[in-house]
Amino acid sequence: MIVLDSLVKRFGDVAAVRGISLEVPDGRVTGLLGPNGAGKSTTLRLVYGVQRPDAGRALVDGIDVAVDRQGALARLGVLPHNAGLYPHLTARENIRYYGALHGLSGAALERRIDALAELLELKPLLGRRTKGFSQGERVKVALARALVHEPRNLVLDEPTSGLDVLATRNVRELVRNLRDAGHCILFTSHVMQEVAALCDDIAILAHGRIVAHGTTADLAATVPGGSLEDAFVAALSAGESS
Amino acid sequence: MRPALTVFRKEFLENLRDRRTVLSALVLGPLGAPLLFAVMMNVTLERNREHDERPLEIALAGRGTAPNLIAFLEGEGVRISAIPGGADGAANAIRNHHARLALVIPAEYGQRVESGEPARVLLYADSSDTSAGADRARAEGLVAAYGARIASWRLAARGISPAIVQPIAIDEIDVSTPAARATALFGMLSYFIVFATLMGGLYVAIDATAGERERGSLEPLLTLPVARTSLVYGKILAACAYMALSLLLTITTFAVSLSFVHLDRFGMQLNLGVRTAAEIYAVMLPFVLLGAALLTLVASFTRSYREAQSWLGGLVLVPTMPILFASIYQLAPRIGLMWVPSLSQHLLIQSLLRGDPVGPAAIALSAGATLAFGILLAGLAARLYSRERILG
Repeated sequence: MIVLDSLVKRFGDVAAVRGISLEVPDGRVTGLLGPNGAGKSTTLRLVYGVQRPDAGRALVDGIDVAVDRQGALARLGVLPHNAGLYPHLTARENIRYYGALHGLSGAALERRIDALAELLELKPLLGRRTKGFSQGERVKVALARALVHEPRNLVLDEPTSGLDVLATRNVRELVRNLRDAGHCILFTSHVMQEVAALCDDIAILAHGRIVAHGTTADLAATVPGGSLEDAFVAALSAGESS
Repeated sequence: MRPALTVFRKEFLENLRDRRTVLSALVLGPLGAPLLFAVMMNVTLERNREHDERPLEIALAGRGTAPNLIAFLEGEGVRISAIPGGADGAANAIRNHHARLALVIPAEYGQRVESGEPARVLLYADSSDTSAGADRARAEGLVAAYGARIASWRLAARGISPAIVQPIAIDEIDVSTPAARATALFGMLSYFIVFATLMGGLYVAIDATAGERERGSLEPLLTLPVARTSLVYGKILAACAYMALSLLLTITTFAVSLSFVHLDRFGMQLNLGVRTAAEIYAVMLPFVLLGAALLTLVASFTRSYREAQSWLGGLVLVPTMPILFASIYQLAPRIGLMWVPSLSQHLLIQSLLRGDPVGPAAIALSAGATLAFGILLAGLAARLYSRERILG
């Protein structure tokens, strides 16, 4: 479970995140939806401890990221936006490097890599250097890397951006499977269809604030006609005037 | 410490597969520099030798005759050739590179010698032709020697001892040893060694910092439950490993290639056997940490691979500056200079090559001060990575 508690983050005079509180429960997919520049990535960076909040807390399974960064990160799998791989290493070596930094080693680590390769359908890629991998192949390796230590909680920043239809389907399916296995998943997208197709809960972000939050059905029901897109636009314009 | 070792292993492997790193760290620097150096040395030495052994050539012009002077010069092994046209002909011959030196004997020469008056001869040379300088000095010396001989005959004919006009006689005694003469020549060797060592870590440091950021692999790396200091130390360690390898190869190729340069023929000798090579390696090792930390620290500030490349390209010259100063000002090794990194290594290497005794205090101070600077810079790099802005 991930809890955001009144998070605030400023860059100079610009407030990127202005008091975000959100509970991301286990066994559900929670989507942060918002236009570019709404503060999605910054919010996630506060969760995975790359940036420190000016106020508020981010908790992973009850552990404050600012207090015990390593304890919190050990329970978190992260796929940052446009995550890069090491081109001179094979897919297996890329995943193994992260496993080793999580403290895994030996046969257990290799078995874990094989299992992830099975899950993500990247068996044939494992022995190849990642230089020249397609965007879809790269995302798969980066996902395997984020999952290598079997984290309970997952943070995915725009995981499907740049992917073709088939690869997007695969990622969605994987996310659903992880949810069904009881994982807590927080992910961002600026594409509404993406969020609608995948999320149980949605938080709509605008100008560093959550302007609407609820289940997909709840949000759709707030506007006449019951379309999520209308609800999104309505929430954004309401956020604009506030 | 374990995460640092994991980072080190990964960076080492990754760079080993990077053709650019391998080429610059393990091939170009360690092989190129010493080979170039040895070839340059050989050519220079051979040319000097040819110079000394080649007979002096003088073109002779003018309307006068000086049979005794010519006989004297020929007796000293000078090749005399005649050119027409008097003084103008001599000047043209020099300008057109038909001759390097031309001696013009004026018409009144013979008569003036006979009457005991100063007899003028004109020596034509081109002072902008640096390679002719030695020839000119030899020619002047020979003509002056002939003049001194005539003078002593004239004195003797008047019953005066020639010694009376030679109140002081100078004898030059060269006290340099063969090894010391060689080090004057090999003063640039430590410069090459320091430079090749830094080049060994250049691309590793760039790849581990600016390269990592540019590829987008830094952010996911920072989401791992690992202290950022461990990440930085692992990266510095990887740069150290490549620099140490580069250093080892450079010293080895220097020792091997210079053994083919025939120094003994020029009265020189170089102490670069296995033992000295190992001592130079040991003296240089503390500098490896300093260099790796410096490169990593500066590369961490840069935004892109290209930016890092241009910054570090200039940075590798900084540690070679004290060496240039030492060469220009002919600094002698003394304990007060041993705390200056790169300068102390240079001075110690010079002493080792000359076969001079090197005190343990100097070695300890050099190693201690250099390591201290290295640890300081590594700590600074670690602090830099602990800041948020490292993601850029």
